[in-house]
Amino acid sequence: MLILTCPMCGVTAEETEFHGGGEAHLKRFGPGSSEDEFEGYLFMRENPKGVHFERWRHANGCGKWFHAARCTTTLEVFGTYAAQTYEPPAEIKAVISDKRPGWRWREHS
Amino acid sequence: MSTRLATGGRLLTKDKPVTFRFNGKQLRGYEGDTLASALLANDQMLVGRSFKYHRPRGIVASGAEEPNGLVNMGDEGKFEPNQRVTTTELFDGLSATSQNHWPSLEFDVGVINKYMSRFMPAGFYYKTFMYPRAFWKHVYEPFIRQAAGLGKAPKARDVDTYEHYHAFCDVLVIGGGVAGLLAAKTAAQSGAKVMLIEQTAHWGGRAPVDGGTVDGDPVEDFVEKTVAELASMENVTLRNRTMGAGVYDHGYVLGYERLTDHAPEAAGPRHRLWRVRAGHIITATGAIERPLSFAGNDIPGVMLASAVRDYVANWGVSIGDRTVIVTNNDDAYLTAFALKFAGLEVPAIVDARPAGDESPAMAQAKALGLRVLHGHGIAKVKGNKRVTGVAICAQAGEGAVLEEITCDAVAMSGGWSPVVHLWSHCGGKLAWDDAQAFFKPDRDKAPTGADGAGFVTAAGAASGALILSDALGDAHAAGQAAAKAAGFTARKTKAPKGETPAEAPMLPVWMMPQGASAPLRAKAWLDYQNDVKVSDVQLAAREGFESVEHAKRYTTLGMATDQGKLSNINGLATLAGALDTPIPQVGTTTFRPPYTPISMGAIGGEARAEVFQPIRRTPMHDWHDTNGADWEPVGHWRRPYAFVRDGESTHDAVMREVVNTRQNLGLLDASTLGKLVVKGPDAGKFLDMLYTNMMSTLKPGKCRYGLMCSENGFLIDDGVVARIDEDTFLCHTTTGGAERIHGHMEEWLQTEWWDWKVYVANVTEQYAQVAVVGPNARKVLEKLGGMDVSKEALGFMEWADGEIGGFKARVYRISFSGELSYEIAVDAGQGQAFWDALMAAGAEFGAMPYGTECLHILRAEKGFIMIGDETDGTIIPQDLGLNWAISKKKEDYLGKRAQARSHMTDPERWKLVGLETVDGSTLPDGAYAAGEGVNANGQRNVIGRVTSTYHSPTLGRGIAMGLVLHGPDRMGEVISFPGTDGKTYEARIVDPVFYDKEGEKQNV
Amino acid sequence: MKRYSAFAVAREAARFHTGWERAWRNPAPKSRYDVIIIGAGGHGLATAYYLGKNFGIKNVAIIEKGWLGGGNTGRNTTIIRSNYLQDPSAALYEKSRSLFETMSQDLNYNVMFSPRGVIMLAQTQHEVRGYQRTAHANALQGVKTEFINPQRVKELVPIINLDGPRYPVLGGLWQARGGSARHDAVAWGYARACSDMGMDVIQQCEVTAVRRDGGKVVGVSTTKGDIDCDKLGIVVAGNSGHVAGMAGFRLPIESVALQALVSEPIKPCMDVVVMANTVHGYMSQSDKGEMVIGGGTDGYNNYTQRGSFHHIEETVRALVETFPMVSRLKMLRQWGGIVDITGDRSPILSKTPVENVFINCGWGTGGFKATPGSGWAMAELMAKGHGPLTDAFGMERFREGRFIDESVAAGVAH
Repeated sequence: MLILTCPMCGVTAEETEFHGGGEAHLKRFGPGSSEDEFEGYLFMRENPKGVHFERWRHANGCGKWFHAARCTTTLEVFGTYAAQTYEPPAEIKAVISDKRPGWRWREHS
Repeated sequence: MSTRLATGGRLLTKDKPVTFRFNGKQLRGYEGDTLASALLANDQMLVGRSFKYHRPRGIVASGAEEPNGLVNMGDEGKFEPNQRVTTTELFDGLSATSQNHWPSLEFDVGVINKYMSRFMPAGFYYKTFMYPRAFWKHVYEPFIRQAAGLGKAPKARDVDTYEHYHAFCDVLVIGGGVAGLLAAKTAAQSGAKVMLIEQTAHWGGRAPVDGGTVDGDPVEDFVEKTVAELASMENVTLRNRTMGAGVYDHGYVLGYERLTDHAPEAAGPRHRLWRVRAGHIITATGAIERPLSFAGNDIPGVMLASAVRDYVANWGVSIGDRTVIVTNNDDAYLTAFALKFAGLEVPAIVDARPAGDESPAMAQAKALGLRVLHGHGIAKVKGNKRVTGVAICAQAGEGAVLEEITCDAVAMSGGWSPVVHLWSHCGGKLAWDDAQAFFKPDRDKAPTGADGAGFVTAAGAASGALILSDALGDAHAAGQAAAKAAGFTARKTKAPKGETPAEAPMLPVWMMPQGASAPLRAKAWLDYQNDVKVSDVQLAAREGFESVEHAKRYTTLGMATDQGKLSNINGLATLAGALDTPIPQVGTTTFRPPYTPISMGAIGGEARAEVFQPIRRTPMHDWHDTNGADWEPVGHWRRPYAFVRDGESTHDAVMREVVNTRQNLGLLDASTLGKLVVKGPDAGKFLDMLYTNMMSTLKPGKCRYGLMCSENGFLIDDGVVARIDEDTFLCHTTTGGAERIHGHMEEWLQTEWWDWKVYVANVTEQYAQVAVVGPNARKVLEKLGGMDVSKEALGFMEWADGEIGGFKARVYRISFSGELSYEIAVDAGQGQAFWDALMAAGAEFGAMPYGTECLHILRAEKGFIMIGDETDGTIIPQDLGLNWAISKKKEDYLGKRAQARSHMTDPERWKLVGLETVDGSTLPDGAYAAGEGVNANGQRNVIGRVTSTYHSPTLGRGIAMGLVLHGPDRMGEVISFPGTDGKTYEARIVDPVFYDKEGEKQNV
Repeated sequence: MKRYSAFAVAREAARFHTGWERAWRNPAPKSRYDVIIIGAGGHGLATAYYLGKNFGIKNVAIIEKGWLGGGNTGRNTTIIRSNYLQDPSAALYEKSRSLFETMSQDLNYNVMFSPRGVIMLAQTQHEVRGYQRTAHANALQGVKTEFINPQRVKELVPIINLDGPRYPVLGGLWQARGGSARHDAVAWGYARACSDMGMDVIQQCEVTAVRRDGGKVVGVSTTKGDIDCDKLGIVVAGNSGHVAGMAGFRLPIESVALQALVSEPIKPCMDVVVMANTVHGYMSQSDKGEMVIGGGTDGYNNYTQRGSFHHIEETVRALVETFPMVSRLKMLRQWGGIVDITGDRSPILSKTPVENVFINCGWGTGGFKATPGSGWAMAELMAKGHGPLTDAFGMERFREGRFIDESVAAGVAH
C-alpha cells in the first residue's frame, strides 16, 4: 500500500486514493507521424527495474494528474511533481542522483 | 495421563468453572483456560489426525505455532473449521469436534500404518497414479481430495459481523511481552503516539513463566507495573487479542483483533481488522521453540518443553506423570524444575550436549536429584496414541538403544527461533547466528519505506536477544530508535536490568541421534500437520530439489496451516545437511502474510450484502421498483429491463412496451445517461479533438451526435452533444461512460493540452432526465403546458430551456427510437414529481414506462448502434458505416493516426449490416457466420457475427445487426449462422435500418 | 532415466528410497549449444522439450538465474481453460489444454491435470451476451463450451449464492474439460524430460549480456561464462523488458503485481473452478483442500512480488457475496507474482529485430494454462521461423493495429 503526496493539493494519502496512469513524459504522435513513432508512443514502454517516472491521478481527491519518480524494485518514492512538464525537474533528478548514483531513464540521468 | 493439578494455574479463575463439549462429550474447565489446556486437563491429548497419513496427533505447543490442535467449532452460522485449540479461549458452551478422520478420532480407517507410509514418501504422487489416464480424475483424485483437507466446509451463511478500523500512530509495537512493553514505554516517553498490540489476552509473554527479575523485582511485577504505566499514558493505545497479521509496503500494518471469539454471545462484531499507519514499527514478536528430530517425535505426549512448562504454570495442567526432558540447551531445564516443583516425576533430562562446564541449571538439576544424561539422545519414542516410553541412545551414534525409560510424556527443546515473520513480510533480510543456531533480523537490511529508510526495528527475543537482560536492553534501544525514527527526541533513560541465571551454550542438533539410520529418519517428523519427515527432505535433496523453495514444494514442508512455525528451521538444517552446505547458504523460504490465518469475514469487513457495492439510484428508482421493474445492473446503477405487469412474462412486457411506444407514448428514465459540461474559450477546439466529428461548428441551440475514440482508434463512447452557448457544451455519454469519459477528458486536458482554457464538470446526478417518446409525445407536453415544443419552435436536433407543467426544464429534441421524441432534463429533486406529472397527463395518450430492452429494440429497428453491443473495444467507426460522423476536415482527433494503420484500413475488416432471418425467427445472440473450410489451426473459417438480435414486434420478425466480411457489398446474400442449439440459422444481408428508413416518424 | 511408476516406488520403499536418482542433472554449461533458452520456467522448459521432441533439436541449454520453475510457474492459481473468444487465442490455449490431457503420461510425471470443469459466471446482461458469443465462437473453433443457466450453475457449484443483492448469477460459460494441474509438477516434469533428452538445465546462472554480431545473435554472457548459440529464445516472464533490453530492443510491456491467496484446507466443497469477472474474483479448491483465490493487479510497475492488501479485500468481499461460506474460512497465505501486460493483453510469441532471437512473453495473468501450448508453438517458431499457432502473435501487430483483444467488453452502455 503505497503512500504518495499529491503535488497539486499537497495531500499525502494512500494508494487507494490515487489511480496509476503508466509511464510519464510520453510525447504524443498524431497524424503524419511515422509508424515507428506512433508505435513507440502508444505501446513501447521503459518498464525499468529501478528508477521510473510515472503518471498518477489523485482520483479520489483533488482529481489532478501528477508525476511521480519511483523505484520499481524498492517502491521508494523520490518525489512527485506537476504533470505540466515535458521532462523530470532538476530537483527531482538531483534527489535520485543522490540516492541512486549512476541512474538512467531514457535520455535522463 | 494429562490432568489438572490441585495447585497452580496463574491465568485461571478457579471460581468460574466452564462446561464445554468435545466430540459430543461434556467436559469441564475454568475461565482463563484455552481450549488446549482444558482438553489436556480432561486427559484429551489426542486432538486430530495428520494430513497425509492420518496419524494420531496430540497437542505439541501452547501458542500460535501449534500444528496439530485444529478443530471444528460452533454450529450453523457460527460454524468454523480449523480453529487452533491453543489460541482459542475457553467459554461456557463451547462445542468442538476433531477433524480429518472417519469414522472417529480414536479409530480412523484412513490411517496409513508404518508399512504403508513407506510407499508414500515425499512426492510419491508425482511418480504414480498416472495410469490409466482417466483414473486421475475419476478415482485417484477424488480419493486424495477426500483424504486431504482438514476441517469441514461451512455451509450456513455467517451470522457474525466484522469491521475495519483505521489507526495512525508514530510507533506501532507488535507484541506485548516484556520487550514489547518496554519498547512501547520507552517510545511513549518521547511523546510519540504509540500503539501496542498483543495477540493473546495477556501481557508479558513468556516472561512470567520463565522467571527472572527486573531491577531486583520478579519479572511478573515489572509486567504489571509497565502495563499500568502504559495504560495511564494518554499517548498510548493498548490492544490485546490483536495480532500483527502483516506488514506491507510503506509501513502499512494489518492488525487482527478477535473481539468476541472468547465470548460469542456478546454484542458487536466478531473481528476487527486494523489498518494501521505507523511512523515506525517495532516487532517484539518473541521466539518459538524448535522440536528435536528423533524417531516417534510425533506420538501424542511429545511436546515442546516450553509448552509443558506453560501448561503447568499458566493453567495448572500436568501433561504426564513421568516426563522425560530432551534438550540441547539450558532452557528446557526450567521445565524439569517446574514439573518437579509441581510434584511430578522427571525420570531423566536427556541432554544432547556432552558433559562440560556445569551451568547453574545443571547444578540445580543435580541439587534436585534429577538424572541428567549428557551426550545422549532419544533413539525412538514408544507408543501409538500416547507415549509409553523412550529408548535412549548416544547422540553421537546411530541409535543403538542403551536404555529404555518408561514415561508418558516427552518435553523436547531444540533451541529457539526468533519470530521474524513480520520483519520479513515487506523485504527485511535475515542473518544467520551461528552460536544460537537461528536466523535473526539483519539490522542493516530492514524493510524500507516510501523515503527509502528502514521502517521496522525488531526488539527482544524477536531480534535474537533470548536472555532477559539482553532482551530488555535491546527493547529499550529499539524504543528509543523508533521514537527517533518517527521524529521524536527520546528521553534519556536507562534500560531496566534483567537477571536470570547464566546459561551454558546450546548445541545445534538437527538429527537425533546425529547418525540416525534410515528407518529412524523415516520416523522423525519435521512438519507434523503435513507429515514431512527428515527422510522426505533428504529424498528431495537426493532427487535434485536443492533450492529451499523446491524442497518445500516437493515435500510440502511448512505449507500447512501453521506455515512451518515449528518446522522451517529444522527442515532447512536437514536440507543443508543433506546438501553438505552451510545453512545460511541454503537460505529461507519467503515469509508471507498473515502471521497466522485470519478470517475472510474480517478481510471483507462491513461491506457485505446491501453495502457490498452500494447501488446508484435515479430519482425515480423507487417508483420503478413499485411498478414492476425487472432490474438489470448497468454499471453501478440498476435500470428497469422492463416493467412487468401481473400475468405477464418479461418478454410479453417488452413487446407491449415497444408496441405502445411506437403507437402511443412511452416514458424512459434516462437519468443515468452521463452529462458532462465542457466550458471555456477552447471548449470547441477541445471537443474537436475528442470527437471524430466537428463540434466547434455546432451552433448554440443545436445538438449533434458524436463518436469518441481512444487514441488507439477504437470507439469508446457516443452521445448527443448540445451547444449551450459560445463557450459551453453539454456532452451526453452512455450510462456506463460518464465517469470514464469525464476522466478521459480530464486526462487529456491536464496532461496534454494543459494550456487550453477548458473546464469539465460531471453533472450527471444533478438532473433527472426523461425520454418522452412516441406519436403522442408532443401532445402530453402541450397538455402539461409551458414552453413551445412545436416542430417550428423546437426542430429535430435542437434544444431549448423553458418550463413544462410548471417544471423548469431543458428539452432536447433528439431521438434514439425513430419516434417523435423529447429528452427532458429537470432538477434531480424534481425528477419524481415530473415523472408523476407525465404519467398523469399521459394517461389519456396511452403513456407507459418502458425499460432498457424496449429501448434496445427501438434503436435496433432503426439501425442505431449501441456502444457495448456493436462495439467491443475492437471496433472503429469505419466498421460501422459511421464515416459520415468522421470529419474529413480536421487534421487531428484522438484515434485518427491509429485509424490510418494498415490493419485499420484493411478492406477485409468486417462491416456493419442488417440481418434478417429467412424464416422470420430470431438469430441467437453472439452467433458467428460460418465460411468455407478451416484455417491453418483447423478452426472453421468465419465471415461475420451477430452484434445485436431481437424479435421486433413492430415488424413481427427477428431482426439483427452484425458485422460481415464485405457485408455492405453483399446485400441480399444469405449466410448461415450455426447456433449452439444444433440449428443453423439462415439470414439475409440487408440494410441495418429496418423501420422508417426515411425518418418520417421523428420529423413531425 | 528411471521410469516412475507405482512399481518403482514399491521397489524403492524396500530400501527407504535411497536409490532414487536426480530428477534432472546439474551440469556445467558447455561452450556452445544449437539453442539457448533463457528462463527455466514452465514455458521455457516446455519450449526446449518440444524442440527436442518435435524437431529433434536436442543440443539445447535452458539457463535460469534462480531455480527452475521459481517464477510465475509456481505462483499462479493453476487454472486451465481454453474458452477464449478470438481465433488465435482459442487455437493456442486449446492446443495447450489438449496437451495437458496427456502430459502426465508424455512426461512420465504426474502433473495431476484435473479436468474438473471451469465456469465463468455471467452476472450482467452484457456478460450473458458476451459469453453466448464466446460459446458460438468456441463451437466453430473446436473448443467444447456451453452457456448454462443459473440452475445448472447451482448444480455444479452448490455453495454458490445465485441471488446476491448486487449481481445475481444469470448464467455461465461452462467448459467441462477445463480444470487445473499441479503447477510445480509441470516445470519439474518438463525439466526431468529435457534433462533426459540430454539437454542442460543450468540453474543459478544469470544472463548478463546478449552477444550479437551485426544484427545476429552469437551467444550470451552469463555469471557462469560466455556461451555461444545459433538461436536464442527469451522466455522470462516478469523480466522480459530487462532481457530484451540486453538484446537491444524494446517491448510493448508493463510489469505489474498480481495478487493471489489461499484459505486453510477444508474437506471438498467445490469441484469446479469458478471465475466471476464482474466482481474480479476467481476460486477453485486444490487437492489439498485449500480454496485458491485469484485477485486483481496493481495499477503500477512493480518488481517486488508483493502487492497491496486492498486488492485482497476487494476480492474477498466479492467472493463472500458469491460464496457466503467463504466468510467463515481463514486466509492462510497471500502472495504476489509479477505479470507482463502487453498493449492488447495477449501474449507475444515472435521473432525480434535481432536475427535468430525469439521472444515469448506478455502472458499477463493467463500464462500457466498456456504452458505446454506455448512451448509447442514457440518450438515450432524457433525451428521453422513461423507457425500457424504463433503467426498472429507477432510483435509487429501493435504497429499494424492488428490486436488480439480478449476483453470483449468495452464498457457497459445503454
